[in-house]
Amino acid sequence: MVANVTLTIDGNQVTVPKGTTVLEAAEQAGIFIPTFCHDPELSKPGACRICVVEIPGARNLPASCVTEATEGMVVNTASPAVIEARKTNLELLLANHPEDCLTCNKNGDCRLQDYAYYYGVKQDAFKGEKHNYPIEDDNPFIVRDMNKCILCGKCIRMCEEVQGNNVINFAFRGFNSIVTPAMGAHYADTEISNCVFCGNCVSVCPVGALSEKAMIGKGRRWEIQKVTTTCPYCGVGCQFDLNVKDGKVIGVTSTNGDVNGRALCVKGRFGYGFIHHPDRLTTPLIKKDGEFVEATWDEAISLVAKKLNAAKDTYGPDAIGILSSARVTNEENYLMNKLARAVIGTNNIDHCARL
Amino acid sequence: MTNSIGEIADADFILTAGTNTFDAHPIIGIKIKQAVAKGATLAVIDPRLTDSAKLAQYHLQLKPGTDIALFNGLANVIIEEGLYNKEFVEARTEDFDAFKQTVAKYTPDYVSEITGVPAETIREVARGYAKAKNSTILYTMGITQHICGTHNVFSTTNLSMLCGHIGKESSGVNPLRGQNNVQGACDMGALPVVFPGYQPIGVEANREKFAKAWNVESVPDKPGLTVGEMVEAAGKSIKAMYILGENPVLSDPDANQVIHELESLDFLVVQDIFLTETAQLADVVLPAASFAEKDGTFSNTERRVQKVRKAIEPIGNSKPDWEIICLISTAMGYPMSYDSPANIMNEIGKLTPAYGGITHERLDVCSLQWPCPAPDHPGTKFLHATTFSRGKGKFQPVEHIPPDELPDAEYPMVLSTGRRRYHYHTGTMTQRTGALEVFYPNEYLEINCADAEKLGVCDGDKVRVISRRGQVELAAQLSERVTPGLVFTSFQYPDVPINKVTNAARDPISKIPEYKVCAVKVEKVS
Repeated sequence: MVANVTLTIDGNQVTVPKGTTVLEAAEQAGIFIPTFCHDPELSKPGACRICVVEIPGARNLPASCVTEATEGMVVNTASPAVIEARKTNLELLLANHPEDCLTCNKNGDCRLQDYAYYYGVKQDAFKGEKHNYPIEDDNPFIVRDMNKCILCGKCIRMCEEVQGNNVINFAFRGFNSIVTPAMGAHYADTEISNCVFCGNCVSVCPVGALSEKAMIGKGRRWEIQKVTTTCPYCGVGCQFDLNVKDGKVIGVTSTNGDVNGRALCVKGRFGYGFIHHPDRLTTPLIKKDGEFVEATWDEAISLVAKKLNAAKDTYGPDAIGILSSARVTNEENYLMNKLARAVIGTNNIDHCARL
Repeated sequence: MTNSIGEIADADFILTAGTNTFDAHPIIGIKIKQAVAKGATLAVIDPRLTDSAKLAQYHLQLKPGTDIALFNGLANVIIEEGLYNKEFVEARTEDFDAFKQTVAKYTPDYVSEITGVPAETIREVARGYAKAKNSTILYTMGITQHICGTHNVFSTTNLSMLCGHIGKESSGVNPLRGQNNVQGACDMGALPVVFPGYQPIGVEANREKFAKAWNVESVPDKPGLTVGEMVEAAGKSIKAMYILGENPVLSDPDANQVIHELESLDFLVVQDIFLTETAQLADVVLPAASFAEKDGTFSNTERRVQKVRKAIEPIGNSKPDWEIICLISTAMGYPMSYDSPANIMNEIGKLTPAYGGITHERLDVCSLQWPCPAPDHPGTKFLHATTFSRGKGKFQPVEHIPPDELPDAEYPMVLSTGRRRYHYHTGTMTQRTGALEVFYPNEYLEINCADAEKLGVCDGDKVRVISRRGQVELAAQLSERVTPGLVFTSFQYPDVPINKVTNAARDPISKIPEYKVCAVKVEKVS
C-alpha cells in the first residue's frame, strides 16, 4: 500500500499517493497548469519549463511535471513570479515562431496559441533571428514544418517509447537545435530514417510543426466533428476518430483506444481516402448483354430474390453458396448466417478467414 | 488469442512463428518492441528476415514448411532436459506419453537437417521458452497457410501446454487475425458447420433452438462447403452465389481457375463498396456503404467487441449491408427487418452465450471481450485460466510432412506470399486512398542476390514468375530478406495477380490453401 501525502495547491488541500508529481496533483484538484513537453504516457524530461510553479523554500521555480509532491508542501501555480516566468517563456518561443496563425492548420488546436491567448502574450516582445527551414512535404502522409517546432521533444519520445522506431532526435545546439532523422534525412528516406509513417509523432505535436498532409486546408479544427470508431483494416481493432466536415471524412486522428491508446499505423491513420473515392459504387448494377446497366434498388433486389429462389426451387438450397465477409460488422455476418440457414436452408456459408 | 494484446508487452519470452508482425499488425508489433525494450527475449521463426527477425535475439530461419519439425524439436529438448512443467502436464493435460513418444525422434540434430536451423539455436530457444516466467507464442498465416496448417497449430499448442505457458497473464497461444472482423465473422456463424458462438449445426438441440428463434420449421443439418470448395463446385453443384465483401478472384489460389468457375455460375450477386475483380463477373452488383457510413460492431483478434459508428451518410445510393440483406430476405419471402444494428445485437445476445451480455448500450461505455455471458459480466481478458474448453488439454502428436509442391529441376524455387505494411488484402481499399498507393505504388518480387546473379537480374528488372498454374510479371527487388531459393511477394496488387501462380492444395481439416509454398521458376523479361 502506497502512503499518501497531503499538500496545499493554491490554498486547496490535495491528498495524493506518494510519488505523485505536483502537476498530477494539481490536475487531480482541477487546477490548470500549462504543459508543452509533458505527456502522461511518455518519459518526463522536465524541459520546456512552461509548467513552473512557486514552492516557498525552493531555490527556483521548479517544473511541476518532475517535482514530487511531499507532505505539507505549499504550491502556488499562479503567483506573479510564475506568471512572469511563463509569459517570458512564451515570448521567447514566439520570438522565432512564424506569424501565420491565420493560415496555420493547427489554428484552434495549438497549445502555443492557447497559452499566448491565456497569458496575453504578443509576438513582438523579443526581436531575433527566425528560422527559415524548408518545409518537408515529400511524402503523401506527413508535413513537417520545423519553423514551427518548439522543441518539446514529444514526437521524439513517442517514436522511441511507444512506436519503438527511433526515427528522430535532437541535433545541434541552441538556436540551431532541430528535431531530425539521422544525417538530416527526410522521413521519406526510409532507408536512413526507419520511418514507417505511423504518424504517432503527429498525434502528440502541440503546435503546427507536424500535420496530417491530407487534412491541410480541408477544415478548421472547430468545424470538424469527431466520430470515434474502429479501424477497418487488420484484426487488432484500433480505435480512432473520423474527422468529419460537411458530411465528408477529411481525416483520421487519434483517440484513446482500448487496444491502441493513441497509436495507429500508416493504414489506419492515412488509409481513409477510399471512403470518398470516385470508384465507389453508388447504384445497383445489372449485367445486360455483358455490360453493366444502372438499376433501381427494387429492380436489383427483386432480380436477386427471383434468381436465388429459382436456384433453390430447381436444384435445392444446397445449390446456393453464400460468402459472408470478414470486413463487415458482426450484425451483418449474423444476418448472412440467418439468410443462409433460415431463409435459403443451406449451411453453404463461409468467408475469407482462410485467406 | 488466448491473451489480450496489451499483455504481450509484459511477456518475458516471445516466440513468434510465421508472423511478419511489424508489417501486418503494426500495433501488436509495438507491444513486441516494448516487451523487448523491457528485457524480454524475442525468438522469431520465419523463413524471411523480417523487421521483427532483425530485432530478435534468435532468428530461426527455417526452410518453408518445416514448422512442425521445429516445434517438435523444441519440445524434444524441453522433455530431454527435464524442463517441462510436470505439474501442469499432470493436472491440466492428457496424452502426454503419446506426444513424448512422437517428439523423441526430433532431436536437435535431426530437426536441424530438416529445418536448416542450427541445433544449438534450437536448444537455446527451447530452454529460453521453457524457463521464462511468462512465455507467449504469436502466430499468423505463416503457420496456417500450409497443407499441414492445422497440425502446425497443434504443434504450437503442444509446446505451450508442455511448459504450462497458457491460461495465465501474458502467456498463451495467440493467433493474430488478419482482418478487422474475421473473428466476428467466425463468431457470428459465417462458417459452414457452426451457428453463432460456435454451436455445432450437427447437434439437434442447437438446430431446434435456432429454428424456433428464427421461426422456421427446421434448419439444415448437412455440413456446408468452405469457400474453396464452394468456388470449386461453382457451375457444378453450386448454381448461384451471393458474395458479400469478398474478392476471391484476387485472394483465392489458382486464380485462373477461380475466374472460370465463377463465370460458370447461373447467377452471381456481389455486394461491395467497389467494382472489384470479382464484382466484374457478377450478374448483379449491389452497392454497399463503407464502415464510415453505418453502425455496428467488429470483434478483434483478442475477442474484443467494439463499436463501429456512423460518421457520414451512405455514399450515393449505397446502403449498409445489413439493410440490403434484410431487403433480399424479405423479397425472398422471409420478412426481415430491424430498427438498427443494436436490435440485431440484442437477437445475437439471446442466441449466442459468449455474447449474452453484450449490447450496444454497454459498448458505448467500454469495449467488452467475450466470453461475456451476462449483462453484469465484465468480459474475459485471457482464456483457459483453470480449464480448457474441452476440460483437459489434449496433446496432439503431429509429424512433419513436406509441402504439397516442392521445387524440382523445372520449377527450382519456392514462392511464398504475404502482405506489405502499406497495403491490405487485395488492395481494394488501399489502392484508392490517395496516399498509401502513392507512397508504395508498385509490387515487386523479393529475390536473393545470389539467385538474381544467376538469372542475370538487377534490382528493378522485370521478371516473370511461372508455376504449373500460371504466371505473372513484376519488378525484382534484390533483398537479404529472402534466402537463396526463396522468392516472396504480396497478393495486394490487381496488376500482379500472384494467385494465378499459387497452389490450391489445401489443409484437409481447415481447408486453408498452401499460399506459403509453391514451386516456381523465375525468368528475366527481356
